[in-house]
Amino acid sequence: LRLSLVGISHHVAPVELRERVALPFDRAVELARKLGDAVCLSTCNRTELYLAGERDDRALQTLEEIAGEPLGRVAYRMHDEAAAVHLFRVSAGLDSMVPGESEILGQVKAAYEGATVGPLLDRVFRQALQLGKRVRSETAIGESPASVPSAAAALAEQVFGDLAGRRVLLIGAGRIGELAAGSLSARGAAIAYVVNRSADAAAALAGRFNAEPLEWEGLASRLGEVDVVLASTSAPEFVVRAEDLPSRRRKPLFFIDIAVPRDVDPAVHELDGCYLYDIDDLEAVVAETLTGRRKEAATAERLVVEEATRFREWQASLEVVPAIASLRARAEEIRAAELAKLGNLSEEERRTIESVTAQMLNKLLHLPTVRMKEAALAADGAAYAAALRHLFGLEDKR
Amino acid sequence: MLDLLFWPALIGYGEAAVAYSSARFTRLATWGVRVGWLLQTALLAVQAARTDGFPWDTWAGSLNLFVWLVVGGYLFWGCRPRYRLLGLAVMPLAAVLFLVAGLGGGTEAGKDSHYGNLFLTLHVGFVLAAFAGFTLAAALAGLYLIEERRLQRRSADILRLKLPPLATLERVTSTAITISLPLLTAGLAIGLVRLFDHGEGVDALIVATILGWLVYGAFVALRPTGRTAAYMALAGFAVVIVVRIVLAGTHF
Repeated sequence: LRLSLVGISHHVAPVELRERVALPFDRAVELARKLGDAVCLSTCNRTELYLAGERDDRALQTLEEIAGEPLGRVAYRMHDEAAAVHLFRVSAGLDSMVPGESEILGQVKAAYEGATVGPLLDRVFRQALQLGKRVRSETAIGESPASVPSAAAALAEQVFGDLAGRRVLLIGAGRIGELAAGSLSARGAAIAYVVNRSADAAAALAGRFNAEPLEWEGLASRLGEVDVVLASTSAPEFVVRAEDLPSRRRKPLFFIDIAVPRDVDPAVHELDGCYLYDIDDLEAVVAETLTGRRKEAATAERLVVEEATRFREWQASLEVVPAIASLRARAEEIRAAELAKLGNLSEEERRTIESVTAQMLNKLLHLPTVRMKEAALAADGAAYAAALRHLFGLEDKR
Repeated sequence: MLDLLFWPALIGYGEAAVAYSSARFTRLATWGVRVGWLLQTALLAVQAARTDGFPWDTWAGSLNLFVWLVVGGYLFWGCRPRYRLLGLAVMPLAAVLFLVAGLGGGTEAGKDSHYGNLFLTLHVGFVLAAFAGFTLAAALAGLYLIEERRLQRRSADILRLKLPPLATLERVTSTAITISLPLLTAGLAIGLVRLFDHGEGVDALIVATILGWLVYGAFVALRPTGRTAAYMALAGFAVVIVVRIVLAGTHF
C-alpha cells in the first residue's frame, strides 16, 4: 500500500493562493472523509492531503477545484518514504516559517484525529506525532521566543522569574501592544492598568484583561505600583520620562517600548533597577534566538532521519510479514495433522512429541524468517514473498 | 574502599563540568552532579566512621567537606536544566577543588584527629558549613551582576545563553546567607567559649572572621536588594577568602 501526498505550502505558493485553498477545520475533516482513508492538514501556511494508495491525481483535482485554478506548477506530490519524511518534518516544526514553532504539532494531531484512517496513515501519523514531541523535548528548538511579543515576555521573566502576580501597565491600546500584553498575561502577569489617549479604547482593552482603565494624567502616579510597563502608542514624543519615575524604589522596573517613534525616554535605562528594551533591542534578541533555533534544527533533522528509517523498515515488513505468517500457519497445519495421526500415546509421550516437533518447526523457519525480513529492507521483499508463496503453495492462503 | 568512592565521585563532578558546556547534555550533567554528590556523601560517611574525632581537620580535609557542602547547596537550590550556565560556573570549580582535596590527602581516613572533642568538632563543622553557604551566595551574586550587566547592555544572546532570572538569583543569595549566618554565629560562639576557657588570645583569623560576620550580619539586618545585595555578598566573601586562604595556618 502506497502513501501519497499532494499539497501546497508557503515554500511554493503565495499567500493569495494559500488563502483560497486554506480550509476551516470542519471542512478539512469533511474533505478527508470524502476522499476516504485520507488526512487533510490545512493551516495558514499549508494545505496538504495525505492518502493511502496511489490517488494523488484525484487529490490534486480536489485541491484545484477548491483553488479554482490549476495547481500543477506549485503543488508538490510525494510518495511513500518521501511523503513520510515530509510529514515528520512538518510535525517537528522544521518545515515551518519559524523553525520549531509548536502550533503545527497540535494542528497535525487535530487533522489526524478528525480523519478516519487505515493502518498506513494511522502508523505514519502516530510516528509523526511522537517525533514532534520528541523533537521538542530532546532539542532546544522551541525554547526560545520567536516573536517580538514573546521575546518581551521572556525578557520580563529574566528579570522577575515567575511572572505570576507581577503587575503590568499598558500604555496604548494598539494591536501590537495587545499581543504583547497577551503574551505577558499568558505567562501569569496581571495587566493592572491600561492608559490610552482614547478613553473608549482604553476601557475596551482594560475590559478584555480585567484591568483598570486610567486617565492619561494618572500615568506617572502609577509607575511606582507596577513591575512592567508596556508602551505602544503612536505619540510623537516620549510619554514616559526618567523624571516621571519615583526616586525611591526597592524593586526592578522593566520597560518594553515597542512604539515607533519611541514612547519611553532612553534615559530611563540608566536608572538603577530599570531596564528598557525598545523594538530594535527586541528584534535583535529574536534574531539571535532564531539563529539558535536553526542550530537546533540540525539535531532535529537527525531525529527525522531515524524516524524515516523506522517507517521504511515497517513499510518493508508489510510486504513479507503476510507471507511469513502464511508459511508458519501452513507448517503448523501440517504439524497438527501429522500429530492427529498418532495412535494411542500417554499424555507425557504426546507432550514430548508436541514439544519436539514445535521446536523443529521453529528452528527450521527461523532462518527463512530472518532472511525474508532482511530482504524486505533491501527492497527485494516482494520478490521473496512471491517466491515463498509459489514454493510452498501458499497462494490460496493470502 | 575510599579510592573506590573518591574517583567515581570526581568523575561524576568532572563529567557534569564538561557536560554543562552543551545544552544537549544538561540532563547528563545533572546526573553527574547527583551521582557524584551521593558518592562523596558516602565517602564522608566512611571517613567519619573510620576516624576518631573530626575527620576533616586538615586543610585538604576541610576542602573535601567544603566541596560537599557547596555541591549539596547547588544541587538543592540551583541544579535546574534551564540554568545550565550556573552549573557551568559551579561544577568545574567543585571538580578542581575536590581533586586538590584528594591529592592533598583530604579524602583519606583513619588518622588521629586534632579535633577530638565535641566543642572543636562543632566549631570547625559550623564554620565550614557557613563558609560553603557564603561561597554559594557569592557565586550567585556574581552571576546576578553578570546577568544584570547583560540586561543593561541589552545583550542579544540573553535568551539563548540563559542564566537564572535576577529575582531568583537575588532570592537564593539572600536565603544562602540567611541560613549560613546562624551557622557562622554558632561556630564563632563555640570557638570563643573555648578560647576564653583556655585563656588564649584573639588572633588575626578570629578578627577577620568577626569582620565577615559583621558584613553578613549587616546583610541580614538591612535586607539590601539588587546590585547592593550582590556587592555586599561579594564583600563578605572577600573576607571568607582571606580567612580560608590568606590566614589559613595562623589559627593556633
